[in-house]
Amino acid sequence: MANTDKQVNELVKREYEHGFVTEIEADTFEPGLNEDVIRRLSAVKNEPEFMLEWRLKAYRRWLEMDEPEWAHVHYPKVDYQNISYYSAPKKKEDMPQSLDDVDPELLKTYEKLGIPLHERAKLAGVAVDAVFDSVSVATTFKEPLAKAGVIFCSISEAVREHPELVQKYLGSVVPAGDNFFAGLNAAVFSDGTFVYVPKGVRCPMELSTYFRINAANTGQFERTLIIAEEGSYVSYLEGCTAPMRDENQLHAAVVELVALDDAQIKYSTVQNWYPGDENGKGGIYNFVTKRGACIGKNSKISWTQVETGSAVTWKYPSCVLRGENSVGEFYSVALTNNYQQADTGTKMIHLGKNTTSTIISKGISAGHSSNAYRGLVKFGPGATGARNFTQCDSLLIGDRSAAHTFPYIESKNKQAILEHEATTSKVSDEQMFLCRQRGIDPEQAVSMIVNGFCKEVFKELPMEFAVEAGKLLEVSLEGSVG
Amino acid sequence: MLSIKNLHASVEGKEILKGINLEIKAGEVHAIMGPNGSGKSTLSQVLAGNEAFEVTEGEVLMDNRNLLELATEERAREGIFLAFQYPVEIPGVSNMQFLRTAVNALRTHRGEEEMNAAEFMKLARETSRQVDLDPGFLKRGVNEGFSGGEKKRNEIMQALLLQPRLAILDETDSGLDIDALKVVADGVNALKSRDRAVLMVTHYQRLLNHIVPDFVHVLANGQIIKSGGRELALELEERGYGWLGVKDEVATS
Repeated sequence: MANTDKQVNELVKREYEHGFVTEIEADTFEPGLNEDVIRRLSAVKNEPEFMLEWRLKAYRRWLEMDEPEWAHVHYPKVDYQNISYYSAPKKKEDMPQSLDDVDPELLKTYEKLGIPLHERAKLAGVAVDAVFDSVSVATTFKEPLAKAGVIFCSISEAVREHPELVQKYLGSVVPAGDNFFAGLNAAVFSDGTFVYVPKGVRCPMELSTYFRINAANTGQFERTLIIAEEGSYVSYLEGCTAPMRDENQLHAAVVELVALDDAQIKYSTVQNWYPGDENGKGGIYNFVTKRGACIGKNSKISWTQVETGSAVTWKYPSCVLRGENSVGEFYSVALTNNYQQADTGTKMIHLGKNTTSTIISKGISAGHSSNAYRGLVKFGPGATGARNFTQCDSLLIGDRSAAHTFPYIESKNKQAILEHEATTSKVSDEQMFLCRQRGIDPEQAVSMIVNGFCKEVFKELPMEFAVEAGKLLEVSLEGSVG
Repeated sequence: MLSIKNLHASVEGKEILKGINLEIKAGEVHAIMGPNGSGKSTLSQVLAGNEAFEVTEGEVLMDNRNLLELATEERAREGIFLAFQYPVEIPGVSNMQFLRTAVNALRTHRGEEEMNAAEFMKLARETSRQVDLDPGFLKRGVNEGFSGGEKKRNEIMQALLLQPRLAILDETDSGLDIDALKVVADGVNALKSRDRAVLMVTHYQRLLNHIVPDFVHVLANGQIIKSGGRELALELEERGYGWLGVKDEVATS
């Protein structure tokens, strides 16, 4: 493997391109967490009383919970008193009424990230909610969406403007007591995106949120809630980046999806948080709880994720298949390089009759990284006729990286069917030699081979982002070949 | 065009090539024959730049440039093409994408414009028909699930697309039935031209019935022990390698 190793080593060495810091005045809380901080947070956000109560209850519960240690990742303990729980760019007035009121520095930041927010340059056909540190700074295309009856706004706005929907659904899929990080999020979540698609509406464009962590020593705790009423359809994409810093930063998000009868939600993630440098210093801890509930008959929730960033990833986008004939899907590409660690996968909980789920997971490990797939497929007693198909493939680049697979199966129904396939392969010297013998650059060869390996997942991404994802892999692999 | 002088090469410390001398001129077809383990495949791998082999002595000049100083991909761009004996699979990467990337790498090197997808598709379809491969193969993963014969035809198709200066065919005839052999041979014959050379490595003489060589060399124990014309191959078919002092099974198919 000597040749490929050398090549791989050099491909990983390009710098993280979103690592810049925006110089902007911010209102930032002192580090520390207690009930007063939560009260202050809730007050800053003008939240109704129910929200504060909900947060405090979650906080008290969280104090009694333990940080999970079962994942195949190792990191120094996070000091939760050393994190600032709120940082927002200073605003001249209360809320930006239009994009003209948004600080030009912020608009520039998003432009630099390839997410133009300005009316003239907006991404065609994609509505964006831009979340900067703890707050949503802009949401595009709100009006045309409103015409279709779709609510697309920051979760803070939803708490104020649509409290009945928030109260009904917030925590209904991921309760505050679900796990340590979800509990913390429930107590301190600062912003995120809210989507409501009314009955029978096909959302006229892709919706997306772009998360950016900027301030140092802050955590980002965003919360996303998407509700698809009967017979509706929505496709949503999130992207994330952060500056390069030597200290680790915490990102503990919660995403809840609710699909009613015949509704469909397609949720795609391109996660490119700062992964740390080539020696494993710095980077984001990405501890995220994502879950969708297929409550209604014939509903469908599909998760597609491309995970290339973060120092440590702990993330299992899952589906609870309650409605008869409901469908859950999970398509994942997780790439780790240098000293990155990922423990990611999914849970498919089959409760209703004839529910089906598909899991396609592609793990790529390069450098000294470790990449684990962890998945649970569970059939409840009522899941007669349920089916799952799981395919887990691992690709190793070089000989110092590791891949692990932890599939769990629980079945309480004898008439459920499950298929599981798993492979582990390497980018071989022979493949590299074939490509190079045909005149192809080693870097291009690795990226082509890796892209080929991920093809089944990329084809699930919305068109505009499939190309983006391919490019992202290329950049993330840089330095892994030479 | 290619001048090999006293070439020694080893793999994992074991010397395989022990002083190869060979001159190949443009327009010529050379065949290297020899028993198993004689170093035939090693020679082709070393010329193409497989880093698993270490050159310990000697030189290889291509148009008076030191080939051994060039990386594998640079040699390919200078016109060295190796048709592999066992082409490896690259799952998920379509043959079309792979070939276009390769063709464009060479074009860029020559300072020509890259071919767009539509232009390339037209060219690739025509070329695939030339080697009797259904154009549907272009959409499949590189060598993924191809039969032995399909892989070999795919290799020849690549040679036709890349238009190399020196095409090295490593046991391209092995595992082919007579019809497939004919198709492959037709492909190679189509490749022959005044400014291009072909180096065939083969165990059997039957390929040489279809692609007539100008020179035949017998390789044994890492050295060329005899060179001759077409008739040498026929003699080997009849008499085996034994009369040359080499132990091996008969050279006929």
